[in-house]
Parts: sequence; C-alpha cells; structure tokens
Amino acid sequence: MIVAKQKPLSELTAMLDGYRNVLAVGCGTCVTVCFAGGVKEVGILASALRMARRLDGQPMSVAETTVQRQCEAEYIAPLAEGLDEFDAILSLGCGVGVQTLAERFPDKRVLPALDTTFMGLPTEQGVWEERCQGCGHCVLDITGGICPVSRCAKQLMNGPCGGSQGGMCEVDSDTPCAWQLIWERLDRQGLADRLLEIQPPRDWSTSRDGGPRRIVRDDLRLPPPEDV
Amino acid sequence: MMDQLLAPAPAAQAPAPARRFKSGSNLERMLAASHFAVTGEIGPPKSHDADVIRKKAALLEGCVDAANITDNQTAVVRLSSIASGAILVAQGLEPVVQMTCRDRNRLAMQSDLLGAAALGIRNVLCLTGDHQSHGNHPGAKNVHDIDSIQMVRMVKEMRDEGLFQCGEEISGGGPPLLIGAAANPFADPFELRVHRLAKKVAAGADFIQTQLVFDMSRFREYMKRVVDLGLHEKVAILAGVGPLKSAGMARHMRDKVPGMVVPDGYVARMEAAVDGVAAEDKQARREAWRAEGIRICIEQIRELREMEGLRGVHIMAIEWEEAIRPIVEGAGLFPRPVPEA
Amino acid sequence: MTVAETPFEPKIVAFCCRHCAYAAADLAGTSRLAYPPSLNIVELPCTGRVDVLELLRTFEDGVDGLLVAGCLPGRCHYLAGNLHARQRVDYAQRWLEDIGLEGERLRMINLSAAMGAQFAELATEMAETIKSLGPSPLGTRRAAGEIPTTGCAACGDPAPLLAESAHDRGDGR
Ligand code: SF4
Ligand code: SF4
Repeated sequence: MIVAKQKPLSELTAMLDGYRNVLAVGCGTCVTVCFAGGVKEVGILASALRMARRLDGQPMSVAETTVQRQCEAEYIAPLAEGLDEFDAILSLGCGVGVQTLAERFPDKRVLPALDTTFMGLPTEQGVWEERCQGCGHCVLDITGGICPVSRCAKQLMNGPCGGSQGGMCEVDSDTPCAWQLIWERLDRQGLADRLLEIQPPRDWSTSRDGGPRRIVRDDLRLPPPEDV
Repeated sequence: MMDQLLAPAPAAQAPAPARRFKSGSNLERMLAASHFAVTGEIGPPKSHDADVIRKKAALLEGCVDAANITDNQTAVVRLSSIASGAILVAQGLEPVVQMTCRDRNRLAMQSDLLGAAALGIRNVLCLTGDHQSHGNHPGAKNVHDIDSIQMVRMVKEMRDEGLFQCGEEISGGGPPLLIGAAANPFADPFELRVHRLAKKVAAGADFIQTQLVFDMSRFREYMKRVVDLGLHEKVAILAGVGPLKSAGMARHMRDKVPGMVVPDGYVARMEAAVDGVAAEDKQARREAWRAEGIRICIEQIRELREMEGLRGVHIMAIEWEEAIRPIVEGAGLFPRPVPEA
Repeated sequence: MTVAETPFEPKIVAFCCRHCAYAAADLAGTSRLAYPPSLNIVELPCTGRVDVLELLRTFEDGVDGLLVAGCLPGRCHYLAGNLHARQRVDYAQRWLEDIGLEGERLRMINLSAAMGAQFAELATEMAETIKSLGPSPLGTRRAAGEIPTTGCAACGDPAPLLAESAHDRGDGR
C-alpha cells in the first residue's frame, strides 16, 4: 500500500492562511488503512483545523467527505457539485490523489494534507515499513525477495557495505541491513552462491531518473471512436 | 561462477603482462618488486587552503609509498580529493585518490577519473562512501548510481579496454590507474566478507586496503580464508592500521563507529597509559596516550608483517600525520626502498 | 456582562467505563460525597471505546475539560481497552496543544468500582485545574457562528456532510 502521514498542524494552518471555507477530502483506500487520510482522520484534522482557526480569531469552515478512491477520476467526479462554495480542497489522499483532484478541478486550489512517504506494509500494528520504490525493473528474483533499492540505504546491488554491523544498517541501528537479510535468506535456501555473481550497473532509466513513467496497455485502451 | 571466483589460484607463475605496468605508479612498482608496501592517508581540510595539504604531505614524504586522499570522508565536505591529489603530485608524493559512489553518478566518476589521470594521478581507491546522515549535510540526496564493485569494474574496463561504461571507446586509450578497493573484515555478516573481497578481485581490483585492524584474531581468521581461496595471489592486500590517540578515542571507536571492532584489551591499555599521570596535566596525559598509541600500532605492524597473504600496511593517522614517521621507523620499515621504474 | 459576575463553573464531561469509574461515580453519589455539579457523566462500555475524534469533537463543541475514567491497569474487562484509551488520550493531548489548547484540559484516570471517594477527589481536582485555566477559549460553535459541519441538522444523517447546499438541493448525500 501507499503509506503517508499527516503534515504537522502548524504547516497546514500556514498553508490554509486566508482560506475561509475548505473541503477536506479523504480517501478510502491506502491512506485509510495506514490511518492517515480515511473518514476518521478527516474528522480529526477538520475538527483540529476549525478549533485552531477559531482560536486565531479567523474561523474557517471545514466540510468533510471521503471518497472511495481519490486516484481515479470517476470516484471524485461527484465532488464537482457544490464545489463552488469552497475556496480550496484539502486532500488527505496520497500525492496521486491530490493530483487527480487538481487535474479534475483545474480552477480549484488543491492542497496536500499528507506527506506521502513510501510503498510498504505494516510490520506490526502502528508500524509501517518501506518495501518498494517502484524502480521499474524488479530484482527481487536475484535478491531473495528482499529489495535492495528501497531497503538498503545505499541502494547497493553487490552489498553489503562495510557499515553493516550485527545485522543492522550503518544508518540506523534499529534498521536491519537489507544485505544481511538477503544473505540470510539465500543462505537458508541454499542459494548463497548467487551472491558471488557481480551485478552490473543498473539501468536507472526505468526508475524516476527517466522522467515521469507511463504504462500503456493497448489491449485495454478504448478503441478510437471512428472505429466503433 | 563460485568455482571461478573462489577456486584457489594456480601455483604462482611469473605473470607476463603485455604492458609491464598497469599504471606505473610507485605503489604498483613497489608491490611488483615484492616490497612490503606502506601507504598513508591525508584528510583534506574543510577550506581551500592548499598549504594544509602541503604540510601534511611533507610529514609523510619518505615514509610512505603513496598517500590516500580521502573523498569527503564521513560525508563531511572537504577540499576535493582530486585537487588535493594534484597538489601532492606537484610536491612529489604519490597520491591514492579516493572516490565514493555517494557523491557522483557514473558520468561524474568517469569524467573525474579522466581528469585525475590527466593531472598525473595514478592510483584510485573505489569506495561506497559513508552514508550522508553521518556527515554535515544530512539532508543531501545521495547518488549510488553504481556501487563500489561496479565502479572497480568500470575503472578496469576504462583502463584495460579503453571503454567508457556505456561501451563507447575512449579516444587515446583508457586512463592508467591502479585500482584499489576497500575491505572491512570486521563488518557483518562475517561469512560474506571474504566473498565480497572475491567479488572485488573478480571485478578487477589491484590492491585492497582494509578497515583498521584491531581485532587480530578475527583478522587472522579472515586472512586464513583469503589465503585458502588464493585471493592473496590475485590482489595485494594492505592491512589498515592506525594509532589510537586517547582512551576516549579507543572507546568511541569500539562503541560508536559502524563496522569497527576494538578489543577491550586495547582500550584497557590506553586507559592504563595514563596511570599515575595527574588528571590536571592535560599535556602529559596527551603525550602518554599518544606514545602508547604509537607503541600499539608498531606492535600491530610487526605482527601483521608475519601474517600470510599480506603485502603491506595502510597507516591511517588522520589529523595526526606526525605519528607516521615514528610508526614506520619503529616498525623497521624505514627508509622506504626505491623500486625500479 | 452579567455573565462575568457569576462565578465560572467549568463544563466538564467524564467518559466513564461502566465496569469501574461509572460505578465509582455512582458510589460517590450514594455515599453523598461531593463532586462538581457541572460534571456530565457519559457511560461507556469500556474506555477502549473512546476515540481521538470524539475527544476532539467534544472540545470543539465547547467543553472546558474532559475526563476519561477507566479501570485500573490490568483490570480492564476487555483486557487492554484502558491501555488503548491512555494512548489515545496522550495522542489527543498532543493535538490539543498543537491546536493551542492546554493539554491539561484532557485527563485520563484509572479507578476501580469501589473507589467512590477517589472519583470524587479526582473530579474535584480536575474542576480546580480547569478553574485555574479558565473557560475554554474556543467558546461554543454556535457562539463562534460556525456552520455546523458534522452530521446534518436538516435530516439527522450522522454521515459527514459534503456541503450544506447538497442537502438543500435534496441530493441525499
Ligand atoms: S527492485 Fe524495484 S520494483 Fe522490485 S521491490 Fe525493489 S524498488 Fe520495487
Ligand atoms: S549497512 Fe546494509 S542496508 Fe545499510 S547501507 Fe550498508 S549494505 Fe545497505
């Protein structure tokens, strides 16, 4: 899932300075399950913003709604109605949700309430960890199902570096060294030999370094109208 | 693949390379002549003051065969390693320019390697680099376009095949650079450390400088595995040593530096060094500690010289370059031999 | 201005767990132990039912103080409801401070059903704290002239409103 966290209230009040009537829009998918932008978080943030602005002597109305999926135009289309009365939309979706709203409503100010952080999973209740950076060329087959791009602080392909100590990464003694994990797992599976192979430099053009990426599936596109 | 990499080397034969030397550097010739090599290390200043480098270089001249120049070590911005290297070349002390994968992508690396060679630099040490979170710009974006093993291979292909990493030809041939890499026998997982060395050798490393060795028994175990695999025949391994400056430094290195193992025995020796010295007499304590640090370092070098598979030592005395000469002399490695050209 | 002359009697809401604090409050009452008359007790099946959203909305609605009263640690009938409540109260306190309200306006206490006297004591203590802090600077939403934004005044639908006008148009959201 996409994991995000709410921006500090002070950042949001500064961002919303001058606005009087705002629509807070949550998303019912990823950010709901990571407790950053679902119905409840929209309620909490909206209530907090109203109170903070009331205390500042600049009351602001914050209406609340949550759509099932903010990253698809169809789901946000119904918001069009009644949108005129709001001076801004505060999105509690991930960065994709914010931009979907911005694209759909070109004349509206759309502001992000969340810091979208990574693609990951909950490792225990209340704890999420990164697992993928969408590098565009997955190497999990080579690395025993453990991603060195997102989990090694230096994105090594021939790790571990010299800072790995006691199974932990040199960057933070609470973070496991990805290459220690890779080695342990391949070793358990009797595949440790594979680590002796030198992995060549990666082609990062499949990653964000190649500019915004795009996937086209001709089998799924709608036929051109003249053919219908 | 494993067999290829890990099979013991065939019985040592006299190599007959097409080009007598890969780089012609003093370090290469020293190793080729089977002398026990000594390298030192210089940390460039956090300023543009070239005299700082010249002064440090003067302290190392005649004591080492080549001096490493660190590249923004511990991720702290310093005067460029290549510029420092050029200053050393001008002064007549041979540099080993360090280059990390943290700060440059493959374009910048190759461009800088060509530049280094053009400035007369003949040795490069390929490093991953400490993570920027340890340095003075923790908010920096790191690069890590390629890793240190990929870098070793890239430099080798540049030098030996005259090709850029993309496969294009380098006009006029590749830069004559002796390729170094680092090894940390004390990092984890231990089992993988020798394999990683084997990968660096397979990628094309000519020499290896290890992390500071304090834990002799673990290093001995590591070297035994290296020798069992015959890696010492394919690459010149220089063991890293360095004098401890104080008991506090010993403790800090034991407890805080990632990938460093300092046995308690050395910490205890450093602590005992100031027994009977008044706590207020800062100067006397400092001298007592430093004398003990140098003594320990000399003992270590003497022990390492006897260890099978080692071809030299790399003495790291950053911000204490004065210590190099007494250490080299004390270890019986002075004066340095002059290898034939 | 006449209001200013009447002494400040803080509006305090107490979310009380049925198994302990609610019974303790009852015991305090039947034992004729005095506790602040302006304390509004809300019975909950367990303090684990308390949610950050409700805590904040209660403040938004204009209370001066809020007490969450659950079982003694280790004595929750649902094992850990009181512990969850404690975490949420801590979290809500951080929100209050970010908003600009004093965190002391919200407090969690732990009691057993037999601790009527302690309930009265802690409730009185809370009232004193709030008195010293003064009334909530938020006032009430009505006083602030805000459009109601939670639930729908027109149709009673508890679901969040998209916009009031949506109701006016009768599109049912
Ligand atoms: S290798 Fe790339 S695609 Fe695969 S998990 Fe890692 S970042 Fe994601
Ligand atoms: S310690 Fe491990 S995870 Fe951390 S940077 Fe080094 S190899 Fe990567």
